[in-house]
Amino acid sequence: MPRRNNVWVNIDWLTVSLYLMLVFLGWINIYASVYSEEHQSIFDLSQRYGKQIIWISAALIIGFVILLIETNFYVFFSYIIFGILVFLLILVLFVGTEINGAKSWFILGDFGIQPSEFAKFATGLALARYMSSFGFKIQRFKSLITIVVIVFLPTILILLQNDTGSALVYFSFILVLYREGLSGVVLFFALLVTLLFVFALLFSNFIMMVVLLLAAIFAFLILNPRIKQFVIILSIFIVSIALFYVLNLILKTNYKIAEVLVVSSIIGGAVVLGYSIRKKFKNYIIVALVFLGSVLFSISVDYAFNNMLAPHHQARINELLGIQSDLLGAGYNVNQSKIAIGSGGLWGKGYLQGTQTKFNFVPEQSTDFIFCTVGEEWGFAGTFTVVVLFLFLLIRLVFLSERQRSGFSRIYGYTVAVILFFHFMVNIGMTIGLMPVIGIPLPFFSYGGSSLWSFTILLFVFIQLDASRLENLAN
Amino acid sequence: MNTYSKRKYVIIGIFATIGLVFIIKLFGLQLLDPSFKQFATNNVLREVVQYPARGLVYDRNNKLLVFNKAAYDLMIIPREVLDFDTTYLCRLLEISKEELETGIKSAKEYSRYKPSILVKQISPESYATLQEQLYKFKGFHTQSRTLREYSNKAAAHVLGYVGEVGVNEIKNDEYYKIGDYIGISGIDKAYETQLRGNKGVKKYFVDVHNRIQGSYKNGLDDIPAKTGKNVTSTIDIELQQYAEKLFQNKKGSVVAIEPSTGEILAMVSAPSYDPGLMVRRVRGSNYSKLLSDTLKPLFNRSLLAEYPPGSTYKVLNILIGLQEQVISINTHFSCAGPESVPIRCTHYHGSPVEVIGAIRESCNPFLWNTFRSILRKYESIADGYNVWREYALSFGVGQKLGSDFTNENKGSLPLESYYNRIYGGGHWNALTVRSLAIGQGELGVTPLQMANYCAIIANRGYYYIPHIVKEIENEQIDQSFKTKNYGKISAEYYEPVIRGMEMALDPGGSAEMSRIPDIAMCGKTGTAQNPQGSAHSIFMAFAPKENPRIALSVYVENGVWGSRYAAPIASLIVEKYLTDTISPNRKWLENVMIKANLLNSFQPE
Repeated sequence: MPRRNNVWVNIDWLTVSLYLMLVFLGWINIYASVYSEEHQSIFDLSQRYGKQIIWISAALIIGFVILLIETNFYVFFSYIIFGILVFLLILVLFVGTEINGAKSWFILGDFGIQPSEFAKFATGLALARYMSSFGFKIQRFKSLITIVVIVFLPTILILLQNDTGSALVYFSFILVLYREGLSGVVLFFALLVTLLFVFALLFSNFIMMVVLLLAAIFAFLILNPRIKQFVIILSIFIVSIALFYVLNLILKTNYKIAEVLVVSSIIGGAVVLGYSIRKKFKNYIIVALVFLGSVLFSISVDYAFNNMLAPHHQARINELLGIQSDLLGAGYNVNQSKIAIGSGGLWGKGYLQGTQTKFNFVPEQSTDFIFCTVGEEWGFAGTFTVVVLFLFLLIRLVFLSERQRSGFSRIYGYTVAVILFFHFMVNIGMTIGLMPVIGIPLPFFSYGGSSLWSFTILLFVFIQLDASRLENLAN
Repeated sequence: MNTYSKRKYVIIGIFATIGLVFIIKLFGLQLLDPSFKQFATNNVLREVVQYPARGLVYDRNNKLLVFNKAAYDLMIIPREVLDFDTTYLCRLLEISKEELETGIKSAKEYSRYKPSILVKQISPESYATLQEQLYKFKGFHTQSRTLREYSNKAAAHVLGYVGEVGVNEIKNDEYYKIGDYIGISGIDKAYETQLRGNKGVKKYFVDVHNRIQGSYKNGLDDIPAKTGKNVTSTIDIELQQYAEKLFQNKKGSVVAIEPSTGEILAMVSAPSYDPGLMVRRVRGSNYSKLLSDTLKPLFNRSLLAEYPPGSTYKVLNILIGLQEQVISINTHFSCAGPESVPIRCTHYHGSPVEVIGAIRESCNPFLWNTFRSILRKYESIADGYNVWREYALSFGVGQKLGSDFTNENKGSLPLESYYNRIYGGGHWNALTVRSLAIGQGELGVTPLQMANYCAIIANRGYYYIPHIVKEIENEQIDQSFKTKNYGKISAEYYEPVIRGMEMALDPGGSAEMSRIPDIAMCGKTGTAQNPQGSAHSIFMAFAPKENPRIALSVYVENGVWGSRYAAPIASLIVEKYLTDTISPNRKWLENVMIKANLLNSFQPE
C-alpha cells in the first residue's frame, strides 16, 4: 500500500493540469467549430462535440488505469506492445478501411481506430527499452542499425498506408537520438539539408551560389585565422572562377552568369579540396566538402523539383514557400485558414461568433484546422495562450525526463516530448502558412478518439513512470 | 549516464524557437495585417437587396390609377444546379429550350457561385405552378419584384412607364444597379425619386457553398426597404377617358388645366396606347411595335408637338395692342374680305370691326393693322418686334413652362437675330413677318403652352405653372407650382377680349355649333396650315366665363377648320367636366365626334 500511495503523491500534477487544460480548450473549440443553432445540447451524440465528450471521458479512464499499472509492465512488455502494433499496421494494410485516401483505419461498427496513432507510443517504448539496454552505444553501427529498424519499420508501414503526415512524425526521434549521444553533426546536417532544400526552391541558383560562397568564406575565416593560407585558398578560388569565365568568353559558349558561377564554384571547390587534402588541413577539408555537397545538393533539388515531381506536389510546395499563390487551388485551405486566424484580431470575434470556421470556409475545422477556431474566436490572446501552454508542457516534459533515474524513463520521456513537439510544430505551422499542409492533429485539441487516446496513453505512461521514479528499478 | 545532459538546452532551444516563430507570425497575422478581417467579411456576408414597392398613383378624386403587382424573377446559381428535366422547366416558364440554354450559359459566365437572373418577370399565375415544382430543380430560386399595373387603359402618356435602368443612369447615379427598374416617362419618370422609395439590404451569413445560414447580427445591420411615396395626380381620370374616347381614330391633343391652380385635368395625346402593354416580358416586343407604328403612339403630342397656333394667337396680339395702346377698345379697322391686303380675310363678316368683333369673327386685317402698329411704335421694327416678343414670352410661348414633366418642348418664337440672319439687319419689316399677326409663320406652340395661354386669359392675367401631381405623401410639391406668374398685360384689357371669345360661341360666331346650353364658354378657333395634308383644327376655350374652372386647348390634326372638330370636342369636354353629363340635344354632336375618323391626312374641305 505505501508504494501505491507513493505514486499518487509523486504524480506531476502540473503536467496533468496542462493536459486537462488543453483537452478542455480543445473541446470548447470543437464545440464552436461545429456549433449550429439546431443542435444545442452538448451531449448530442450526432455532433462531434457530443462524441468528443465520450472520447474525453474514455481518455480520462484510460489515463487513470495507466497510472494504476506498475512501471515494470511497460519495461517488460515494451517489445511485445511494439510487436503488436507492427502487426496491426500490417493488418490494416489488408483489412483496413480507406478514409481520405489513407488506408489506416479499422472500422468497428460506428467507431474507427487508427493503429498508426498508437504506433508512436509503441515505438517510443521500444526505443526507450532498446536504448536503455545494457551495451547500447549509439556510436556503434549495430546499435544505430537497430534504432533505424525500430523507427523505420512503422514509418514504412505507415507510408504504405499512404499517410505521409503520420509517417513524418517518426523523423522527430532524431532529437531523442541527439540527446542520447548522436553526433551534433548529424543534427546539423539534417538541418542543413532541410534548409538547403527550402532555399534552393525559394531562390535562384545565382543567389544560392553567392550565399554559399559567402558562407564558405565566413567558415574559413572562423576556422583558421592564418591570413596567408586564407589568401592562398581565396586566390586559388578566384583564379579558377576567372579562368572559367574568360574561357567562356573566348569560346563564346553563352552560358548564363548563374551557370558560370555554378561550374566555377564546383571547380574552385574541388581545387581547394585537393589543396587542403595535400596540405592536410582537416578543417578546410570539411568546409570544402560541405560547400561542394551543398552546391551539388541545391542544384539537384532544383532539377528534381522541376523535372521529377508531379505538378500537384510542386503546387503544394510552391504554395508553402509562397512562390506561386493559387488561392482557389492548392492554396485554398491555407488561405482560408489564415483568413480565419487573421480576422480574429487581438481578442477574437467572441466564442461561437466565428464565421470562417462555422460556415465551413476552413476545411477540417474540428480536426486538423482546430487552431483556426482558436485564432478566429479568441484572437491573438487565445493563440498566444495555446502556444505558451504547449511550450510549457514540452519544456516541462524535458525537465521531467532529465530528472528520471532510469534511462528507460528518460528516453521514453523524450520521445513523448518530441512527438508532441512535432505535432505542435507541423499542425500550428500549417494553419498559419509556415508548414506544408500535412494532415496531422494538434495533440489533445483536435477532434478524434484515436488521436486523443493515443496522446493520452503516450503522456500518462510517462506521468506514471515519472511518479514512480523513486522506486527501485525492476532491472 | 547523463553525459549528454546539457543537450537538453539545445532541445529546449529548438522548442522555444519554434514557439517564438509562431508567436511572431501570429502577431503579424492577427494584429498587424488588417486585410484578413475584410476577407473574412467578404467570405460570409451575402447582401440581398430588398426591392421596395413603388409608390401608387391616384387621380385627383383619389381613384387608384397605378399600383403594383408581384412578379417573380427566376434566379440560378450555376454550381448548385443538378441534372434536371429541361423540357419540363421550359414548359413551366413558357420559354424555348434555346432561351433557357443561353440564359444558363451567360449566368455561368457571370459567376458559378453567385445568383443571376435567368427569367425575368414571371407572372404570379405561372409562378404559382412553378413554385410547387421548384423543388425538382436544384440551384434555382425565385426573387420577388413588383411591376406596374394600371387600372385603366387611359392616360398612358401621363402615367408613363417603368423599365430596366440604362447604362447611363447606372453611371450617373450610384443608387441604380443593373436590373433595377426606373421610371422612363410620364409621372413615373418625373417623380422617380419619390415613387421608387429606397432599396433595402438584408445581410445574411452564407456558408462556403453560398447557402444562407441565417441573418447577420440578427438583422441589426439590415436596412429595410422603404416603400415609395404615393402621389396624387391632378388628372381627372373620367375626364381623361372621355377625352380619349372623343379622340379615337384621330390624331391630336387635348390639354385641360384648372386655371385657378395650374393643375392639369386631362392630357390626351392621340393616338395613345394601353399602358398595360409596357409591363412584363411582353414589354420589349410591344415597345418596338409601338415605336415603329407610323401614327407614333409613343410620341407625346401634348408636350412635344409644335403646331402653329393659328387664329387662337390673335387674342394675344390684340391684348398686346391694347396694352401698348396702339389700339383701343374703340379702334375700328375696315375689312375687305378676301380682297384684303396684305392678308386676306376668309371670314365673311361686316366691316369695319372693333376689338370684340375682330375676335368673334377672327378678322385677319384687324390683326394685321394691330400687329403693324405694335412693331412700328418703336424706333425700329426690331425694337418693336422685341417688345412684342417679350409679351409672348410672358405668356409662356417659346419657352419651357417648367412643368413637372421632364420632356417639355419649348416651341418656337424666333429671336430678332433669326430674321436678321434671313433678311439682313434692317431689311425686314412688319410686312415681312406678317404671318405672326395671325399665328402662322415661324410660331410654334405646344398644346400645353396653348392651354396655359388660355388659362392666363381665363385668370385675366396670371398663371400657375401647369403640373400633373398635386400631392405627394409626406412631401410638399414644388413651390414653383404655387406661385403666380403674370403675363405682361393689365387686367383691364382682358374683358373686351373675353367678351369677343364668348361671342364666338354665340349664334353667328365662329364656333356657334359648339355652344353649351347654360354655360358661358369663351373660346377661339384656329386653323393651322399644314403642308402635309388638310389643315389642323384648333380650339382654345375656358368656362365658365366668370371664375373659370377649366381652360383647354384642343388640336385635331387634319381637322380642316377650328370649328369643325376642335371646338365641338372642346365643348363636349368642358360640358362633361362642368356638368358631368352631355345634354340630350348635344348627344348627336358627341356621336359625330366619336365616330369621326381623321387618320387619313387628307380630309374634304
